[in-house]
Amino acid sequence: MSTSKPSMPSSRAVVATQALGVAAITTVAATVWLGLVVTPPDEFMGNLVRLLYVHPPMAWVAFLAYGVSALASLLYLWPRTRAEHFDRLAGASAEVGVVFTGLTLVSGSIWGRPTWGAWWVWDPLLTTTALLFVLYLGYLAVRRVPGEFQARARRSAIVALVAFVDVPIVYLSVEWWRSLHQAPTVLNPTTHKTYVHGSMAWTLLLGFVAFTLVYIWLVAHRYRLAELQDLEDTAGLEMALAERRSEGMA
Amino acid sequence: MLAGRFPLLAGASLEVREGEVVHLRGPNGAGKTSLLKVLAGLLAVHSGEATVLGRDLVADRRAVRREVGMLGHESFLYEELTVEENLLFAVRATRGAVTGITPVLEQFGFGVRLAGLPLGRCSAGQRRRAALAVLVARRARLWLLDEPHAGLDQDGRDLLDELLGSSRAAGRTVVFASHELDRAEAIADRVVYLAGGRVVEPPQLDEPQEAASQSLPARDGSPAIAGSESKAAAHVA
Amino acid sequence: MLRDAVLVAGKDLRIEMRSRVGLNQVGPFAIAVLLLFGLALGPDRRELAPASAGLFWVAVLLSTILAVQRSYAIESADAARDGLRLSGLDPAGIFLGKAGAVAAQLLVLEAALTVGVALLYGTHLSGAVVLVAACAVGTVGLSAVGTLYGVVASGLRTRETLLPLLFLPVVAPVLLAATKAWDAAIAGTPGRADSWLDVLVVFAVLYLAIGTVAFGPLLEDE
Repeated sequence: MSTSKPSMPSSRAVVATQALGVAAITTVAATVWLGLVVTPPDEFMGNLVRLLYVHPPMAWVAFLAYGVSALASLLYLWPRTRAEHFDRLAGASAEVGVVFTGLTLVSGSIWGRPTWGAWWVWDPLLTTTALLFVLYLGYLAVRRVPGEFQARARRSAIVALVAFVDVPIVYLSVEWWRSLHQAPTVLNPTTHKTYVHGSMAWTLLLGFVAFTLVYIWLVAHRYRLAELQDLEDTAGLEMALAERRSEGMA
Repeated sequence: MLAGRFPLLAGASLEVREGEVVHLRGPNGAGKTSLLKVLAGLLAVHSGEATVLGRDLVADRRAVRREVGMLGHESFLYEELTVEENLLFAVRATRGAVTGITPVLEQFGFGVRLAGLPLGRCSAGQRRRAALAVLVARRARLWLLDEPHAGLDQDGRDLLDELLGSSRAAGRTVVFASHELDRAEAIADRVVYLAGGRVVEPPQLDEPQEAASQSLPARDGSPAIAGSESKAAAHVA
Repeated sequence: MLRDAVLVAGKDLRIEMRSRVGLNQVGPFAIAVLLLFGLALGPDRRELAPASAGLFWVAVLLSTILAVQRSYAIESADAARDGLRLSGLDPAGIFLGKAGAVAAQLLVLEAALTVGVALLYGTHLSGAVVLVAACAVGTVGLSAVGTLYGVVASGLRTRETLLPLLFLPVVAPVLLAATKAWDAAIAGTPGRADSWLDVLVVFAVLYLAIGTVAFGPLLEDE
């Protein structure tokens, strides 16, 4: 297995991350400005439509983060591509993902209250997202268990994949389940689409881009943090090894 | 061999020949239990090599387990099953012949009544004897014993010493850790000292021969290597 | 592998028969859950009966957690995994054996719960074939996931709280599908249960396969 020995980041990496950060902030600011100020309110939903610019992008990031976590876990388990950085990536992505999942649920709920008359409806996407949230928390709980790096990484990777496989099943089941019941109000809750055109479409697109950039930036930093933590552990290990050997000399 | 981020063994070098009875000695926390676990394939070897009974532990830790028998602090037996049922399970797990069980039960003093007693109802000494019986019934070629005399009554201890003494004849290799120096001395072919996670020279000898640094090479049951090893690990009175 | 599975399942079931923990503890727990639901949802059977399928399956899910925890508790306390690893048994066989034993105990429990539900909630049970099929297939899926996560949790100090957290979200589809299948059967339209039974089958097969492969590495990690 290739152990990427953590070290000081190259100046290229630092610059790249900073550029990324700048790009992320700019696009988010642009989205906010466009979303709140420039675009018109929707004919039916009024100002509520502005949530459209953030809610679907956050949901997208939530699922993207999980996908990345699962893929990184798979790559870690596969002998030929096994490397410590995949485990770190999986963990970093999951932490960022759980935050976005929470935000998705909150924004969905805020949208739902005036739209459907309730803080929560059992919409397939929303329900799947809620379950995704809990799955994430379980995965993070497993990661937090102290133990030896490789054992913990392998255990977490398997748990991530076992849960990931479940997500489509959950979605399909809930979808089926929902279709048996009548949609409660005027707007069909399973439709997150409303007719978007013109400036709204561009803002939405910008929203997706902005949040994806934020995700990447956050993961990069969280990854770096994990790297530093492992570096500290390794240094501690080497000191401990030296101490252990000197035990024998005494 | 790392627990959390703490190295249990930090460079132990060991060679044992088939049929030998080796006594592991050292202060508490020296890594004796860890070494036994490594030999059983329970702990992973992080650097270096390890070959037990001709099988490479680094490549596949599991392969060796059917032929190795371990007696640790815990008994790995099931409380709710009888002595006999425990033996049956253990033997069947190694694809052994079930017929060999009855003589083993007799050998260890488990008469009909006792053999049919759930382990939970047996005394501690009887439980330890049952654990030993499992080792014999499984026909394990390598015995890894961690404080085997502990918990055994007088008869049990004599039985254990007898078994250990007849190891070479039975084609069995034994590595055991024990604080009972008198008994150990009587039965062991040689002594290996562990301290601070590595194999060290016994305290009284003068040559400070350094054991290997980062690696853990351990060759078991390889008759090819003879002379040189027995000199490096002389035991001490 | 199958030989080892049968050996392990036999051992687990024999231990259960001797200790009767399933009978004395898990069973009453499940009944207690049913009773508590009754208390929570009110004495009016007209409200309880339509919900009985869901309540039944929630009780089963919670009981699975206990059954799995027991399954690992019998493996010599702290050294649970060491014992299994040292035995030399094929890990896939250990997985199937343990899952099988858990499933067997759950099926017996479900039979008792069915009677309980009919009694307490006044449910009219019909469509027996579907009811039994859902139980059989659903239980396989639950046992597989439970046994798999059980081994993850068994080596850890936080095992009692970690197992439910991992287990319950993943088996949500089983709860959903099995409840719907039972609803269809009880409503007298067993035909509508077909697609739900399919979901249960897919889930069971999928997680049996995953468990067989993943159990070994998870058992080994130390």
